[in-house]
Amino acid sequence: MIHFLYADQLSGYPILADTMFLDRAAQFKHRLDWEVTVDDSGREMDQYDVLNPLYIIASAPDGRHAGSVRIMPTLGRIMTNEHFTHLTGGVRIASPLIWECTRFCLAPDAPVGVAAALLAAGTEMGIRFGIEQALGVIYAKTVPIYRRIGVTPDIIGTDGKGRDAISVGLWPMTESARAEISRKSGIPLSVMARWFDASFPRHAMTESAARLAA
Amino acid sequence: MEKARLEALLERLQTTISIDDLQVWAHELRDFFRVTHVFYHTATLKREQIGAFTYSRDWARHYVEKNYLAIDPVLLGAMRRFHPMDWKTLDWSNLAARAFLRDAMEHGLGNQGWTVPIWGPQGEFAVFCLNHQCDDTEWAEFTGRNAKDILVVSHLMHEQALRIINRELTPPSTELSPREREALTHLSVGHSRAAVADILQISENTLRAYIDSARHKLGALNVTHAVALALAKGIITPQGALPKY
Repeated sequence: MIHFLYADQLSGYPILADTMFLDRAAQFKHRLDWEVTVDDSGREMDQYDVLNPLYIIASAPDGRHAGSVRIMPTLGRIMTNEHFTHLTGGVRIASPLIWECTRFCLAPDAPVGVAAALLAAGTEMGIRFGIEQALGVIYAKTVPIYRRIGVTPDIIGTDGKGRDAISVGLWPMTESARAEISRKSGIPLSVMARWFDASFPRHAMTESAARLAA
Repeated sequence: MEKARLEALLERLQTTISIDDLQVWAHELRDFFRVTHVFYHTATLKREQIGAFTYSRDWARHYVEKNYLAIDPVLLGAMRRFHPMDWKTLDWSNLAARAFLRDAMEHGLGNQGWTVPIWGPQGEFAVFCLNHQCDDTEWAEFTGRNAKDILVVSHLMHEQALRIINRELTPPSTELSPREREALTHLSVGHSRAAVADILQISENTLRAYIDSARHKLGALNVTHAVALALAKGIITPQGALPKY
């Protein structure tokens, strides 16, 4: 299942949230050895998690975290502009039509298809909100994974060599990108729409509309 | 055709010099989108409330008198979010919120809404709303078709409001990075996007991100306008032109 949750909604999903931050520690600190901060309870959190970002989180059947990504608008403070402008050609990326996606994380035992589901959900979100592109910091070596899922990011810049090379890339959030993800992953467009609608449900605002719906 | 009309309207936006002017412009925008109401609201650093809207001043006064600021689900919802919001996704469950909506509709507001929360570079907050009277299907179709334009328009209206509030009616000088300047320079001599991407050895999507960022920083409406502004401010120089000594 896919959840779109702001940081201030995570307290309603304690297991999901805890396992997400624990899995982030497992991936970024222990597996990749990034310079990230892990708190006493073993959770990886940074200065951007306190700015009330939006998370897209895939949950396993037992309610635990299977994979996630963190979304922030590029008009506010973002990691790319504060730490990676040497990989953007020196450009501070700032547009209402571009959102940043960082901390793309998979649980150590994540089932196949979680990465594709997150990408599908993110693209659905972009289309619904009118966002054109996603900006992200990734390992250069993961580009083939994205290609397999159906979307090849455009790499703006890359730092380092070989396995540790880090890139800043752009992902199109267009209907053709969504169609391609659907074709490659087998996730029907209707399922992507249902994920989004389940997290942003529409309610009847007036009594008469409620009566009509009933 | 629609695009040309919107561009003309956005150029008109940059000629507004007062909040009253912006209020007139809000009516023009309402007519362009063919919706019931357009509403923009922000609070200045001095906590003055600034608004430009198409609904009656009676409703604006009534809203303040009733202290609806404290219960309005649109404002309360937008303050904790950054995504554009369909009003039906907000929390209307409590009685006060429903009574507020009934009151609003009695004052001529429609039953549908779309709100863009705006978080500015100085930490300022604003909301931009379209309000309309129609059924759910029509609204979903309208917002789906216009989501992108609404996002762009809402931020441009906010930037113009800031200029008016800060009395900076010529846009402040803007720092662009060399890559942004290069992109605009090549576009200014009439190269296509594909050609410019080729010259700069970047993908077209990367070029789009550069142009988008430059456009936003310049307060421009589109690429052509961004190029014109950059030339006018001397951020880029016409290629082949002699330097001005």
